[in-house]
Amino acid sequence: MKSAILVFPGINRERDMARALRLVCGREPAMVWHAETSLPEGTDLVVAPGGFSYGDYLRCGAIAARAPVMDAVRAFASDGGLVLGVCNGFQILCESGLLPGILMRNAGLKFICHDVHLRVERSDTPFTRGYNAGQVIRVPVAHGEGNYAADADTIRRLEGEGRVLYRYCSPSGEIGDTHNINGAAQSIAGIVNERGNVLGMMPHPENHVEDIMGCTDGRGLFAGLVAHLERAA
Amino acid sequence: MKARVTVTLKTGVLDPQGKAIEGALKSLGIEGIASVRQGKVFDIELDGDRTMAETALKAAADKLLANTVIENYRVEVLG
Repeated sequence: MKSAILVFPGINRERDMARALRLVCGREPAMVWHAETSLPEGTDLVVAPGGFSYGDYLRCGAIAARAPVMDAVRAFASDGGLVLGVCNGFQILCESGLLPGILMRNAGLKFICHDVHLRVERSDTPFTRGYNAGQVIRVPVAHGEGNYAADADTIRRLEGEGRVLYRYCSPSGEIGDTHNINGAAQSIAGIVNERGNVLGMMPHPENHVEDIMGCTDGRGLFAGLVAHLERAA
Repeated sequence: MKARVTVTLKTGVLDPQGKAIEGALKSLGIEGIASVRQGKVFDIELDGDRTMAETALKAAADKLLANTVIENYRVEVLG
């Protein structure tokens, strides 16, 4: 799998992402500067990593979403290319119009930085085929604005079309206000676009891929992408 | 030419920051505060006539200054 990581000023999780991709996919990802107008030839996966692009000025991800490279990302996505946005990357994808809705300030107003449990809602997508439907995984979050919001029609469509792939839950997989760490609509942690080739999620699967991290639950996401591409090839 | 773009949250959109400010105002003992919603103000200087300015500012608000999923905006050319 040839992956490309987008690098915006203020991003700080791009190396974690590169390490995870290298480890799971066995191939060095390309780092693509925001001012570029094209992606490397043969790219299979574009990743918008976490961090604080442009210091979260104006709205999280708002300025990065208008960077020159994003036109290339939009074209790549409209050709069916796989795009993954994590944390600030999710905010960037929402601001760029690749995903619906927006990430608002956490309902409790606090920056949340700890492990959370996620329920994988289905396994028949490129972004979840490394897991079983209903499986609970443990991955870290680190965000102040992860409270997913969208109008009622959008939420209905996301639910109706099975586009919520990851939801905050209890260690045993129950969904509810107690486990919805940031107040997100429907406990949404990750959604895909209509076509299913663009995923945005607040948690950091790239930070749970090695034994030394204490957990390897995040590997499945990347391994699933590799398996998906191998199958498609 | 000077102009002002005011961006406010749409009705019904939860505003945790506004709520926190509301709580702080109440704890300061300032009376009569019913509710607070936080917004943004952009003071912008630009060239051209009024019509051009209004077109440019509307484009600026639609493309960047506001996220129309959750926000409304108002453009005022102050002259």
